[in-house]
Amino acid sequence: MIAELGHYALVLALALALIQSTSPVIGARKGDFALMKLADSTALAQFGFVALSFAALTACYVMSDFSVANVYENSHTQMPLIYKFTSVWGNHEGSMLLWVLILSLFGALVAAFGSNLPATLKANVLAVQSWVASAFYLFILFTSNPFRRLAEVPAEGRDLNPILQDFGLAVHPPMLYLGYVGFSIAFSFAVAALIEGRIDAAWARWVRPWTLLAWMCLTVGIAMGSYWAYYELGWGGWWFWDPVENASLMPWLAGTALLHSAVVMEKRNALKVWTILLAILTFSLSLIGTFLVRSGVLTSVHTFSTDPARGLFILLILCVFIGGSLALFAWRAPLLKQGGLFAPISRESALVFNNLFLATACATVFVGTLYPLVLEALTGDKISVGAPFFNLTFGPLFVPLLIAVPFGPLLAWKRGDLYGVAQRLLAAFAVAMVGLAATFAFAGVKAVFAPFGVGLALFVMAGAVTDIAERVDLRSLSPETIGRRAAGLPRSAWGTAVAHFALGITLLGIVSASTWGSERIVALKPSQTVSISGYDLSFDGMVVRDGSNYRETAAHFTVRKAGAVIGIMEPSKRTFPSRDGMSTTEAALLTRGVSQVYLSLGDNNADGSIAVRLYHKPLVLMIWLGAVVMALGGALSLSDRRLRIGAPKPAARLLAQPAE
Amino acid sequence: MVWNVRVLLLGLALFAAAPVHAVQVDEILPDPVLEQRAREISHDLRCMVCQNQSIDDSEAPLARDLRLLVRERLKAGDSDSQVVDFMVARYGEFVLLKPRMSWHTAVLWGAPLTILIAGLFAIGFSVLRRPAGAAVSETARLSEAERLKLDAIQRSQGL
Repeated sequence: MIAELGHYALVLALALALIQSTSPVIGARKGDFALMKLADSTALAQFGFVALSFAALTACYVMSDFSVANVYENSHTQMPLIYKFTSVWGNHEGSMLLWVLILSLFGALVAAFGSNLPATLKANVLAVQSWVASAFYLFILFTSNPFRRLAEVPAEGRDLNPILQDFGLAVHPPMLYLGYVGFSIAFSFAVAALIEGRIDAAWARWVRPWTLLAWMCLTVGIAMGSYWAYYELGWGGWWFWDPVENASLMPWLAGTALLHSAVVMEKRNALKVWTILLAILTFSLSLIGTFLVRSGVLTSVHTFSTDPARGLFILLILCVFIGGSLALFAWRAPLLKQGGLFAPISRESALVFNNLFLATACATVFVGTLYPLVLEALTGDKISVGAPFFNLTFGPLFVPLLIAVPFGPLLAWKRGDLYGVAQRLLAAFAVAMVGLAATFAFAGVKAVFAPFGVGLALFVMAGAVTDIAERVDLRSLSPETIGRRAAGLPRSAWGTAVAHFALGITLLGIVSASTWGSERIVALKPSQTVSISGYDLSFDGMVVRDGSNYRETAAHFTVRKAGAVIGIMEPSKRTFPSRDGMSTTEAALLTRGVSQVYLSLGDNNADGSIAVRLYHKPLVLMIWLGAVVMALGGALSLSDRRLRIGAPKPAARLLAQPAE
Repeated sequence: MVWNVRVLLLGLALFAAAPVHAVQVDEILPDPVLEQRAREISHDLRCMVCQNQSIDDSEAPLARDLRLLVRERLKAGDSDSQVVDFMVARYGEFVLLKPRMSWHTAVLWGAPLTILIAGLFAIGFSVLRRPAGAAVSETARLSEAERLKLDAIQRSQGL
């Protein structure tokens, strides 16, 4: 009964979405406020029904209702309660339901909090949002129904894939989807602006908070995914340039570019056409990411052709939305008047530079990810494009970008003084040089790039500090002035500095963990000791114990540093009888500051020894810490008064004169 | 979405065999220099039954075979490039994670620089199209109506 309720709620959401797809557009055309207003109610109701549908599926999981095929395939009665919740989206059908839940959530948020938007813009935005929603409701209802019943009810479920039975599943997919789907708002605003043929600085001000919110979630989502892969997969890598990872990195790069170009548009009324295009591209990349992962085209072309319905359906959605919006762009963009001009050396130009390199990096990832697929389809040649390619191309594109980061915020709008800015960055440059020299001195010349990496990271961080120091007039040395100016500084300025500083944190982590990390692969017998980077790990013996739905064999290690016990580590292997004895390895992590000792188990050998892989990863946590701080910077910026209050004045004026 | 395919993949790998780790103890060569070279070569070779994993990272039995093969060739005195050539001759270019420069990868390798240069040109053109001196005399004067409106706004705000 509950499953049918959920199914029915989803159908009702589709019906509402179809209404919302049409009536507000007609209303906006005819200047009919009642029709435009309808979108608010339908957007809220749509979210209500999708939430009901999602709650229904969750209820089926929590109650272990195995008559529902989706629950039978992905759940188990013995599974801990938290995984019963998270397994709702730990499968294709459920994750698509999460996708539309978030999509309708964003629609509802615009309806609820967009009261300062011009009525026609709001109506059009909600309509476009609903086009996307309708397409995905249809996709779920026709090809991926999570509420399908089984004729015979099995007594026990097949359990969730053990690798997904992790806290990571509770955070990673929802955050990633909040990011992916959050960009749909920017997309809807862009398409709505094109439909209206009008766009101004206020538009950028309305779009920015939504983009910022999506970007923050995506940042945290990607970081969480990376950390999860790091500890779950057992060989200590944290980024693999896997097509699935690239699928999430592309919208992030485009979204980052969008955040920056929207600033130019908001402040200077320039880069309008480009910002619109970026908004379209960012969400298009999110859709492509969804297609790549959901259609199975990546795993192999074979998967795609054995179950073509889903793949083709998403491909169709992709073509309609990307093709449609780009066509609309080509048609309407020339109508948009270009605004404020600027000199080649100016804040605007710095942001154009940022966009150029981010867009190129994004395009590089795009080409690298899709090239093998396209080449195979065209010529039948099979090639691989993996980490070495991306490291070689992506790295050099990011270096100039990072060098430019400290300059951007210090340059003046319209016409900047590069020489003056360089002088103000002297201190930051000195910090970088000292870091570089010190790294050379300590680490030697073996790893040539590492000292430069450290120097660059310090330059970015010190540059962010310089930005704030300049703004609060640190040189005045008067605590009163500094305090007053620091308090008066807009939050967005703090946000910028914090996010830029965080880039340096991440870079430092990447350089350190990949250059000075060490690895030991050894076979150990009980009471033997293995050492790495000053840590001595003695193997005490094996422990076998039962978990909720698995049996675990753990190796007990005591970790000592200079003779003193500093902790225990228990890497383990878990076997899941419910999944035909499928097993997972659980690495043990010992965190010291922001560095980690990483231990994971290999095979048991005939002579009673066990194989272990042991890593020391110096500063590795800074990689993800940087991402979290970056998102915090976004949050600071989001709390800026300017964005919270919006732009009521033009809204009031435009309300009085609906578009012709 | 990282979890998805990776999971699928690992699932398959784990079903195929008991969990075998990437580089195992018995594979490691006694000569650390040779072993280091083997590791570096392995990083750039693909485990063909996995998705986008190097043989150095992969748990699949095939990856182990390839790792052993790389080490055998090194022990036999091959240079790094000879080992790679040997693998390509045997398994095709699919085995390389970093595709070689050739006609059919020209677009791939050329893409980053081409896009960057094209972007620079696009920016250059949009700058050139501007009226000369526009950047300086950019703030247009207010029209009379706008000025009156501004005065009214300022008055209403008590400025």
